[in-house]
Amino acid sequence: MPDATIQDTPSQDAAYNYGYLDEQTKRMIRRAILKAVAVPGYQVPFGGREMPLPYGWGTGGIQVTAAIIGREDTLKVIDQGADDTTNAVSIRRFFARVAQVATTTHTKEATIIQTRHRVPETPLTDGQILVFQVPIPEPLRMLEPRETETRTLHALSEYGVMQVSLYESIARHGRIAKTYNYPVMVNGRYIMSPSPIPKFDNPKLDRSPALQLYGAGREKRIYAVPPHTPVNSLDFDDHPFEVETWTESCELCGSTESFLDEMIVDDTGKRLFVCSDTDYCESRR
Amino acid sequence: MYVAVKGGETAIAHSLDLVADKRRGDRDVAELSLDQIDQQLGLAVDRVMTEGSCYDRSLAALAIKQARGDLIEAIFLLRAYRTTLPRFGASEPLDTTRMVAERRISSTFKDVPGGQVLGPTYDYTHRLLDFSLAASGERPEAPTAPADATHALPRVGDILQRDGLLEPPPSNDDGEARDLTRDPLVLPASRPLRLQNLARGDEGFLLALGYSTQRGYGNNHPFVGEIRYGHVPVSFVPEELGFAIEIGEIEVTECDMVNQFAGSHDVPPQFTRGYGLAFGHAERKAMAMALVDRALRADELGEAVTSPAQDEEFVLAHSDNVEGSGFVQHLKLPHYVDFQSELVVVRMLRAEVEKRREQAALAQAAE
Amino acid sequence: MSTPLLSARDVSKRFGGRVACRDVSFDLWPGEVLGIVGESGSGKTTLLNCLAGRLLPDGGSVTYETRSAGSVDVHRLSEARRRLLARTEWGFVNQDAREGLRMGVSAGANIGERLMAVGARHYGEIRGQAADWMGRVEIDVERLDDRPTTYSGGMRQRLQIARNLVSNPRLVFMDEPTGGLDVSVQARILDLLRGLVEGLHLSVVLVTHDLGVARLLTHRLMVMQGGTVVEQGLTDQVLDDPQHPYTQMLVASILPV
Repeated sequence: MPDATIQDTPSQDAAYNYGYLDEQTKRMIRRAILKAVAVPGYQVPFGGREMPLPYGWGTGGIQVTAAIIGREDTLKVIDQGADDTTNAVSIRRFFARVAQVATTTHTKEATIIQTRHRVPETPLTDGQILVFQVPIPEPLRMLEPRETETRTLHALSEYGVMQVSLYESIARHGRIAKTYNYPVMVNGRYIMSPSPIPKFDNPKLDRSPALQLYGAGREKRIYAVPPHTPVNSLDFDDHPFEVETWTESCELCGSTESFLDEMIVDDTGKRLFVCSDTDYCESRR
Repeated sequence: MYVAVKGGETAIAHSLDLVADKRRGDRDVAELSLDQIDQQLGLAVDRVMTEGSCYDRSLAALAIKQARGDLIEAIFLLRAYRTTLPRFGASEPLDTTRMVAERRISSTFKDVPGGQVLGPTYDYTHRLLDFSLAASGERPEAPTAPADATHALPRVGDILQRDGLLEPPPSNDDGEARDLTRDPLVLPASRPLRLQNLARGDEGFLLALGYSTQRGYGNNHPFVGEIRYGHVPVSFVPEELGFAIEIGEIEVTECDMVNQFAGSHDVPPQFTRGYGLAFGHAERKAMAMALVDRALRADELGEAVTSPAQDEEFVLAHSDNVEGSGFVQHLKLPHYVDFQSELVVVRMLRAEVEKRREQAALAQAAE
Repeated sequence: MSTPLLSARDVSKRFGGRVACRDVSFDLWPGEVLGIVGESGSGKTTLLNCLAGRLLPDGGSVTYETRSAGSVDVHRLSEARRRLLARTEWGFVNQDAREGLRMGVSAGANIGERLMAVGARHYGEIRGQAADWMGRVEIDVERLDDRPTTYSGGMRQRLQIARNLVSNPRLVFMDEPTGGLDVSVQARILDLLRGLVEGLHLSVVLVTHDLGVARLLTHRLMVMQGGTVVEQGLTDQVLDDPQHPYTQMLVASILPV
């Protein structure tokens, strides 16, 4: 089994505050997080800062992590479920540099897991925090482009239009063809975008013992799902929510239960399937 | 056995080395100094300062050098630096009547108090490549008249306003201007916030929107009331002093656009304002900003909102090139989890259609 | 003695210096169809929007007798309750069907939206009801999954009517429901509306500039000129024996059939 600790040189830049953000900004973000936790699924506007990483590359998640991280934390960063994808590496290096935290690839050891597009396969536990990077926080955005209108729809719980989009999907395809960023109802009150995770991961959000924080940097919104909060994927009684399944199993660890990535391995289009969650996969080999 | 491709720390480190190397280019060619960029690529510096919301010529020059002349990348660098700086407070509003103008023109009157001052501009050049610049480009210094800093330079708009022909500047509805870089933009936005957004907005985007209003997508019938460019003093009230002191001078370009307005039942016909301001010398930006500012006032002035430039949510949400550049380019990040989910469903749907087709064919054959 | 379903008292609305409607009062009784006629600019559409809670009047009040919560002042309701009312007990048929439909989703989704908005979660049942309503407004059920962009003007108007009636409203506001349609298409839609209104015992406030439409559909008429009601009474009475010079002018200007 490979060594989970990642060697980084913890030399803090003297020009920047611990965790990159100044303390005033951290307090502002923490206040937004507290409000978000108090009203599960509600998008709290916050004074998102310009980060040294580009918008759309995780600036929201990075700000949330920067506001909550401390020296005693152990950080794991994944993108597409993997610890070794370029953006995950880049963000992990950033925090190792500005916050001198220990980093890990093991889900179980992490106190904070920042993620893009996946929820780890290994069940999360009490005290862990999962930080999602969110591109478009507004689940109704593609149905209603106006912020002023979507705000009203949330305030009034007027969610018919979301159900209409699911109806339309069934009418067109015979099933709900939405595959990722699949909308959820949080605590029976707010419809929320779970960020572009595959719907395969939606059930993991429901009543999770971990705290889920969602940060959207470009759109300047933070929202949250506190531990043990009900999170239901929208559906119809006669077309219940269902997750992706594969007939194949993981080439490396043989798992038949995890989300599989498909690889094209030669010019003839030969395909292989492997776990998208690299830590889960390695721990089973 | 298959071995997964590792994005890898080493590969990233090598990529960083390569881009640094590429930036330097051929080592036989002399390296650019920040002074050279500041002095000889000054308009690029102006744009980076304006859209980077940070008035510092040497930092902007550094950003341009580091970004290899990619101005949006340079704006991004400057902003990411700016955001870490402590905030001492806000300056007093600039008084541009105190400007020592290098250029000042009005297209609404043949002559105005203070005169038409052409100053340095490409407006009257013939756009012919000057091959003498390729050789050396050394020029004798141009003769200049001493600038008159003793007299205030009245604004054309103020003169029109005195006669009631031009509306007074629209009032700031919430008193204190909030800082867009500290508080999130909440819509509908007040005009001060809109102007902040436009000042930081991408010049190309504003140019296209401003242009669209001239081509009938929300026409404002604009006239250039005045454009002025020059130095203005910046004043600041330190808490411990309690009165304003001058802390320096900055160069700005200001545009007052005067627009037709039909009036309504209660309000007699009157000209209305659109306003643009940019750091340094940036007339295209200031004018485009002024056109869009006026277009965004449609609702306030009771005009029908029918065109993109009049649509506050559309304009303000998409004006920022650092946001846009990041989000467009984030498509380069791996999306294979989402794509895999789509593959699974598309295959399933295709199989279902195929099955229906086969069944239909069987049924037909059976008949 | 029953109570009126909708009561307007001294409803007034100005736009800047222009008076759109002034001191309009009336009662609408269950099952009654009230027509508001007048030329364009007479204030009838503004009045309709005030009645339906879409515009806030400058003066006066509009009271509605709800199914279960007693009478409410339409303009003092919270926005949440007003929107709920609008999608459960009321309907609104626009002249331009595109404004009342979601053009980007199928006819079935258009009809089903109100059901889903109040909690329907069984796809088969929603679709069944949508299909049923397609039949009732005489659109070929085969077109259930097609988008209204592929529909003709008359079909769109039928679809808009079905989308409104699926939630079993008691009161429907209609703004020139047959305006802009061919005469033959108009006649068929008027027939359809008359049947539905009678069959469902609907109350309707109908705005039209077309006295023929008013004669065919309405029980009672209000004639508006320059923002005020100049004459009102039973439809046949007003049209056959107009008292006010403006009404006389309107009636006289119709070409004899």
